[in-house]
Amino acid sequence: MARSLHRLANPGRFRRFAGRALPWTAGVSALAFTVGLWLALVDSPIDYQQKDSVRIMYVHVPAAWMALSTYAVMALASAGALIWRHPLAELAARASAAPGACFTLIALVTGSLWGLPTWGTWWVWDARLTSVLALLFLYVGYMALWRAFDDPRRAGRAAAVLALVGAVNLPIVKFSVDWWSTLHQPASVSRFGAPAIDPAMLRPLLVMYAAFFFFWVTVLLLRIRAELDERRLAALAVQRSS
Amino acid sequence: MRLFLALLGRDLALAGRQGGESGLALLFFVLGAVLFPLGLGPDPGTLAGVGSGLLWVIALLAALLSLERLFRADWEDGTLDLLAARPEPLVTVVLSKCAAHWLATGLPMAVIAPLLGSMLAVPGAHLGLLALSFLVGTPALTLIGAAGAALTLGARLGGVLTAILVLPLYIPVLIFGAAAAEGREGALALLAALSLAALALAPAAAAAALRHAVEQ
Repeated sequence: MARSLHRLANPGRFRRFAGRALPWTAGVSALAFTVGLWLALVDSPIDYQQKDSVRIMYVHVPAAWMALSTYAVMALASAGALIWRHPLAELAARASAAPGACFTLIALVTGSLWGLPTWGTWWVWDARLTSVLALLFLYVGYMALWRAFDDPRRAGRAAAVLALVGAVNLPIVKFSVDWWSTLHQPASVSRFGAPAIDPAMLRPLLVMYAAFFFFWVTVLLLRIRAELDERRLAALAVQRSS
Repeated sequence: MRLFLALLGRDLALAGRQGGESGLALLFFVLGAVLFPLGLGPDPGTLAGVGSGLLWVIALLAALLSLERLFRADWEDGTLDLLAARPEPLVTVVLSKCAAHWLATGLPMAVIAPLLGSMLAVPGAHLGLLALSFLVGTPALTLIGAAGAALTLGARLGGVLTAILVLPLYIPVLIFGAAAAEGREGALALLAALSLAALALAPAAAAAALRHAVEQ
């Protein structure tokens, strides 16, 4: 694993890898979205209490999972960039921020749309909602810090330190529903023993999760490749002007 | 330790003689507290419910205002380069500057908080708790803010950026600080835990950020 990551540090090799992988990840994501949305919106049973509004879950929950795991990837990649100075790790961390912020926003918006019919309110200031809002601000701050420096090396290191500092929020988001009693329900899929969710609802949820995941991989590869192109252009411009 | 004490003495002397940022931050703290009764209306019943929470919010903003300059002067005139070239780790420098900052802003804020609290109609029995929550919680504000200030050294839009980076990380301190000021059970212990965690983690992050700022 470490060795293959090391090999990808070569931009040319990464470009070839991304070129081969992209059609597959994009295709799997498109297929999973098609199947998953059909399963979620048409095929899956309605909840006996929430009626059709339960279908918001199939977008809300995968988006929230991805919001958290994207930040985890960003923090790990930042650690890799700081410790091993892996050039691709820095790019991966930077490329993760905007998709992560989008996932967080989707989770917040669908959450409040779901909250109105089921809880009777758009928003409550409970621990889960507040900590996810803080996660959104952390993503935004990370992106703002990247843009705030003229020197990309300095920007990269400052942003990496910030990503690691912000990682303290992750366990707070994850366990907020267990530590404080809130309106938000506790985890019902990722827990010890059997998931507390009906298989007919779990299946579309997992398909949608796969769709979100491969969508994220596709966007990540595209963004890293674009970033490599941008740096190459900048280097060529410097060469030409000197 | 000698470096720690020397820097601490120097920063405190600077804060005392110039009356610089720390004095202004305290003034901001008082002014902010005075503005709220004017905006919300002077009814003691309304103010009593929100007074201690308001003071905590203003304290966050006042801390941010003063943190902006925590490392900047030393970074601009090259003092930081000399400090980074010394054999002592930069964590010592960070801890010393944080201690000076807290003594010049956090501690005075804790002292005047009961006075402002009584102006905001906080019940007399809770004034001691208010001061205690400030005493326990403001170190976390200084330490987390120091990491933010170190990260934005040399950035365009330094001040606003520091606020955007640091405020999300201040949220737990605000929640447990305001809860502790109202005497909620367990909140003071959690606030102390936050300050101790900040003491353990934030100086390392700030020192790493300073190292990168100096090396560029």
